[in-house]
Amino acid sequence: MPSNNGNCIIIGGGHNGLVCAAYLARAGRKVTVLEAADQVGGAAVTREFAPGFRVPAGAHLLSLLDKRVRGDLDLAANGLVMAREDMASVALSEAGKHLTIAGGSVSGEGVSDADRAAMTEYHRCMKRFAGVLADLHGRIPPRVRTSDRSDLLGLARIGWKIRSLGKADMREFLRIAGINIYDVLEEYFENPLLKGALSLDGVLGTFLGPRSNNSVFCALHRYSGSDGTGIASGGMGAVTAALAAAASGLGAEIRTGSPVARILVEAGQVQGVELENGETVAAGCVVSNADPKSTFFKLLGARHLEAGFVRKIQNLRTRGNASKLHLALNGLPGFTGLDQNLCGERLLIAPDMDYVERAFNHAKYGEYSSRPAAEINIPSCHDDTLAPAGKHVLSAVVQYTPYELKAGWSGAREAFTQQVIDLLEQYAPGIRGQVLHAELLTPADLEREFRIEGGHWHHAELALDQFLMMRPVPGTARYRTPVDGLFLCGAGCHPGGGVMGSAGRNAARVVLDKGGRTPS
Amino acid sequence: MRSTAITAKDHFRTTVFPSPFHSRTDPLNRLREWVRWGDYLSAPAYFDASQEYFACRNACGVFDLTPMIKHRISGPDALAYLNRLVPREVSKIRPGRVGYTVWCADDGRVIDDGTLFHLREGDYRLCSQERHIDWLLTNAFGFDVSVVEETHDVAALALQGPTSCATLKRMGLAGIENMKPFGLGYFPFEGTELMVSRTGFTGDLGYELWLGPEHAELLWDRLFEAGDLHGIRPIGETALGLLRIEAGFIQARVDFMPVHETVRSTHTRSPFELGLGWLVDFNKPVFNGRQALREEKRRGSRYRLVKLDIEGNKPANDSFIFKGKKVIGAVTSAMWSPSAKASIALGSVEMPHGEPGEEVEVEVYYQRELKWSRVMARARVIEGVFFEPPRKRQTPPPDY
Repeated sequence: MPSNNGNCIIIGGGHNGLVCAAYLARAGRKVTVLEAADQVGGAAVTREFAPGFRVPAGAHLLSLLDKRVRGDLDLAANGLVMAREDMASVALSEAGKHLTIAGGSVSGEGVSDADRAAMTEYHRCMKRFAGVLADLHGRIPPRVRTSDRSDLLGLARIGWKIRSLGKADMREFLRIAGINIYDVLEEYFENPLLKGALSLDGVLGTFLGPRSNNSVFCALHRYSGSDGTGIASGGMGAVTAALAAAASGLGAEIRTGSPVARILVEAGQVQGVELENGETVAAGCVVSNADPKSTFFKLLGARHLEAGFVRKIQNLRTRGNASKLHLALNGLPGFTGLDQNLCGERLLIAPDMDYVERAFNHAKYGEYSSRPAAEINIPSCHDDTLAPAGKHVLSAVVQYTPYELKAGWSGAREAFTQQVIDLLEQYAPGIRGQVLHAELLTPADLEREFRIEGGHWHHAELALDQFLMMRPVPGTARYRTPVDGLFLCGAGCHPGGGVMGSAGRNAARVVLDKGGRTPS
Repeated sequence: MRSTAITAKDHFRTTVFPSPFHSRTDPLNRLREWVRWGDYLSAPAYFDASQEYFACRNACGVFDLTPMIKHRISGPDALAYLNRLVPREVSKIRPGRVGYTVWCADDGRVIDDGTLFHLREGDYRLCSQERHIDWLLTNAFGFDVSVVEETHDVAALALQGPTSCATLKRMGLAGIENMKPFGLGYFPFEGTELMVSRTGFTGDLGYELWLGPEHAELLWDRLFEAGDLHGIRPIGETALGLLRIEAGFIQARVDFMPVHETVRSTHTRSPFELGLGWLVDFNKPVFNGRQALREEKRRGSRYRLVKLDIEGNKPANDSFIFKGKKVIGAVTSAMWSPSAKASIALGSVEMPHGEPGEEVEVEVYYQRELKWSRVMARARVIEGVFFEPPRKRQTPPPDY
């Protein structure tokens, strides 16, 4: 094999892979991105699902994109245009008594003054506490058992960030960060619909119900984005297209339709990769945007790793629970009592917290929810490139649909799709008749389409025990792996999923620090 | 077969099994004392432990080895699997050979030690004191390998001592005298196949005999017929415990704590700390504990296993080891060695202590008619083992 140690290969052209590629290219490294699909983007992609109808097939709302990435890579100059920013959330009510939540304010029929005041305080706290996490996003997690100065400073900084919340807020932060969102929302609010809608923040995309611990932590992760929720013109694929343009502009080579079959290792040192077509690409540095299980078990092989490490990776919680529903509609659906202007906001089906918890109960026993919770968006309200004139696309995250369905997903997908449309029909009578085409991607489908083991959009459950220096597992939390020259840069690393790009940026910094090699 | 007994649904009604040799060992056990070893009844001694010890050093002794945990590892990836599991280079253990090895967790601390039998090409048996099927199966992920525990499917006897080879010859094992130390071979025996390895836990000439439990009683009978004129005697755990200290062999839970059962990380040991650095082959790109052991090699170990020659004749069991007034370690195994004519001990001391030749002191407590006394005995760290007769290595061994 030719020696090509200066080269960097990025496996997977998802947003983190592209971010990493761009930063490495910017630093003068020769970078090749190998993407399995025919277009870049990974799960941050816009694609056609019915003739003339395009949707963000994976992630659909942008709220966490790393500001530094946006600036450093000048995404605006590379074609990123936002179709809508600062979206409000609408808690849907079957009876049409919807609530609108925008930042720290809530409006709608039946919202008490106490709830309005509580909303302001809740929003203030969540933003403030999320600031502690946000500060960590751009940092390489410090090692715990170490005497290294920068690690100790890093640890001290976390402590200081928490302490500097002030006595009252620090206590509150430490009290709620690990507990469940059900209890916290019960303390703050009266209105069941408001609580139901806010509880979704803690459980979307996870294997958690509102009563599960860690759900506050997941909500804080959502709040840690600096801007509000928005969508890009052209859908989520436009974000990754801009990242790809930035990376290419900086000199990275991007090869689509190039699935990697395995990572080549010799004497504990990465040598490059072999593609599924048998082609070998040599490199002394391979950065994997794939999830940890795919990277270590499918591409590398457990035999190249020590057994305790393998067991830790095996024990990563990676089973997805959220499905994506895409509907091609021949008109804008009419949600009972909802102003047409609000149709393009973030619409939530979570009438109360017990409803969401009951929906989760099914997942615990390997069944899909009989009455699911959902986060719905109709991006065509803001972006006319997604559907033919006068027509619309609806994109929804639907929970709960466990990856390992007891009865298996074959056959169940169609039944569940109809069930979700029935549910939508209750909120938007007549929507069933508007459906031209429906596509439901279960976690099993998401796994297949995006090559994410378990179909989990965070690659691995986001929880306190799988966060920071423990993400994905201790021993590889600093983007390095036990194999010299092999790095991780995906959502399975700190700080996790959502279209952020922080993991890709941090990984690039680690690669550049040591020239792609671990001192041994 | 024993395996059906343990997989039967009522297995829980039997907590300890009689060994397949029980019908023969039971009448010989004149003390009527049994202890539990693993899943089986085991005799601490049949009549008198010191007589059994001397029988083994001067003639030959038979020890029922069946309770030893045995794992069978086979399949296309068996070698690759084992090479990841243990720190030594397994490809050097050719078919028909046996190798001693340790295995470690990722942190480089010893899980256990044992013997690895390369039975036939790509077919291995791993024997150890402790049960490790969970860890071994964990290790199997990603390998095309079959890992099963076969403790109950194999009956085993150790025949150890100077007349062991002559006994086996008389039993009809043609060519047994040509088997080299750590070799193994197969012999026809009463319509079945008897596996014999030149291995043992006594540091002397000796063999271990392995076959299906249904043939166990016949093996015992034939062995004792053949050994009658060679002074054959059954020996129990107590005698074996003495023999192995003289041989310098360490024992799990006595000389080191298996890492998976240890809460405090400083109470475990690495191979280097047990004097087993020779089993660690860093030329292999990956094995469990490699990164941690590399780091330990670079930084230095915390402890060292020492073999002590102690003045006087009082066994230094559980003694603290002193350098001046400072406690630098403790004795883990000790005895008066009749063969070495010395009070000997295995112990663990803090680095940098324990260089061969170093003089230390051992605090020995002893009791005479209920009266406790204490003596500070001088001791010297020795190199090599306490008892190592030339016949251990000779092929063919001298014919006694």
